[in-house]
Amino acid sequence: MSAVTMSEAGTNFAYLDEETKRMIRRAILKAIAIPGYQVPFASREMPMPYGWGTGGVQVTAAVIGPDDVLKVIDQGADDTTNAVSIRAFFRKVARVAVTTHTAEATVIQTRHRIPEHPLIEGQILVYQVPIPEPLRFLEPRETETRTMHALEEYGLMHVKLYEDIAHHGRIATSYAYPVKVAGRYVMDPSPIPKFDNPKMHLSPALQLFGAGREKRIYAIPPHTDVRSLDFEDHPFEIQRFDEPCALCGARNVYLDEVILDDRGGRMFVCSDTDNCESRQADAQKETAA
Amino acid sequence: MSEGPLLIARDVGKNYGNRIGCTDVSFDLWPGEVLAIVGESGSGKTTLLNCLSTRLNADRGTVTYRMRDGVARDLAALGEAERRFLMRTDWGFVHQNPADGLRMGVSAGANVGERLMAVGNRHYGRIRHCAEDWLNRVEIDVDRIDDRPRAFSGGMRQRLQIARNLVTSPRLVFMDEPTGGLDVSVQARLLDLVRGLVRDLGLSVIIVTHDLAVARLLSHRMMVMKEGRVIEQGLTDRVLDDPREPYTQLLVSSIPQA
Repeated sequence: MSAVTMSEAGTNFAYLDEETKRMIRRAILKAIAIPGYQVPFASREMPMPYGWGTGGVQVTAAVIGPDDVLKVIDQGADDTTNAVSIRAFFRKVARVAVTTHTAEATVIQTRHRIPEHPLIEGQILVYQVPIPEPLRFLEPRETETRTMHALEEYGLMHVKLYEDIAHHGRIATSYAYPVKVAGRYVMDPSPIPKFDNPKMHLSPALQLFGAGREKRIYAIPPHTDVRSLDFEDHPFEIQRFDEPCALCGARNVYLDEVILDDRGGRMFVCSDTDNCESRQADAQKETAA
Repeated sequence: MSEGPLLIARDVGKNYGNRIGCTDVSFDLWPGEVLAIVGESGSGKTTLLNCLSTRLNADRGTVTYRMRDGVARDLAALGEAERRFLMRTDWGFVHQNPADGLRMGVSAGANVGERLMAVGNRHYGRIRHCAEDWLNRVEIDVDRIDDRPRAFSGGMRQRLQIARNLVTSPRLVFMDEPTGGLDVSVQARLLDLVRGLVRDLGLSVIIVTHDLAVARLLSHRMMVMKEGRVIEQGLTDRVLDDPREPYTQLLVSSIPQA
């Protein structure tokens, strides 16, 4: 960004001051240079509580420019509280254009989903990350997990998958499913459903992960190898749905279960609201034509 | 594999500030040999064990270990990655308190399988089969394989810890008071088990104990420590039946006789 512009909100462009953005960008560059490695950064207080996406917001603030088009999703939806407020926040402090269409966006901040519409080169996907350390619940000592990352000691990660199979007969981990990035670092992909894990593999978009409370940034550069961990006799599998989306009829997308009444009525609909709505609009056009 | 000692310690010493943890300890450990380190509390046994197993850095002296490829290496010169690899493949460490050596939050099977997964085993069925096999060998019912060690008795936990250590066929196992805190009948069973495993697998063991009965049952050779120094060492029956040093005589005579 060339000029320092003050927004109507009386803050610097995109809320953070320029020095802070430089600091975050340095962390991002380092993260891109070492795919999957958690880079510490001096996370700031943001005008929202921890757990609401303070890490993602800081990363977005550091990479967004006046010409960017921002999309924010929360569990795939553009119209939930978290998504609406973060979108409004950046419209106010950066006066950037916003959209709900995946294809139009240049920066997409996400909580817990990857859009169904394939991402392309030049797009940036910013994940909100609650707990960046995939080994946290197996090894609580941060000093130890850092050593394990440094020495590539990832046997423990398979202990977790072993436990899954031993207790459930299959790998029951369904979200935040650990991946190995570029054949080196094991990484927590944030709590996205494992359905989305294959989308990270060789994605043409840049993927950035920000954890505000934990003060960590990590990244997957475009076209990077991302493998989900598994066993030879229990290979990685994504969730399957028996029915298509009840609204748009899409198959091979991630569905949310919606409870309709207290008599067991339920329906399964797309979790990605933008994808669902554009499919419905397309279908209407076709029937009209 | 009879080219020489497995582990050679020369003038090993460790200070805690001005206090001596242990000092001037030298010995050779041969393949298949069980060495007991005995002495009262505070005599430096555990400090010595930790220095030998690289859990602590010794201040003085050298410890040399003959690796699986037959090359003797100075342990202090190993990189951290090599050292940690050694500790989870060719070595075992049995803690006095099983909770220190086990992962209490995961099942018995995962505890045994962890080392296998750490060295790259990625086949669930084979890992599980191996875990079952080892639970059998340490006399834990195979139907407890999915239970967490929290649900195990002290003796079972200790046996599980041993299984977890032996699954990668280590050549050297360090044991720190493995029978401490167990009641006498459980102790006897555990000692029997360890003795059987040592014999069957040809393990070398360095065992720290204050219990001379344990030393007598398990070890071929023993070292008696006092105030950080080895005051007497020799064949176990020689030291126990014919102690030379007054302190050793005192120790031996303090065993309650039935």
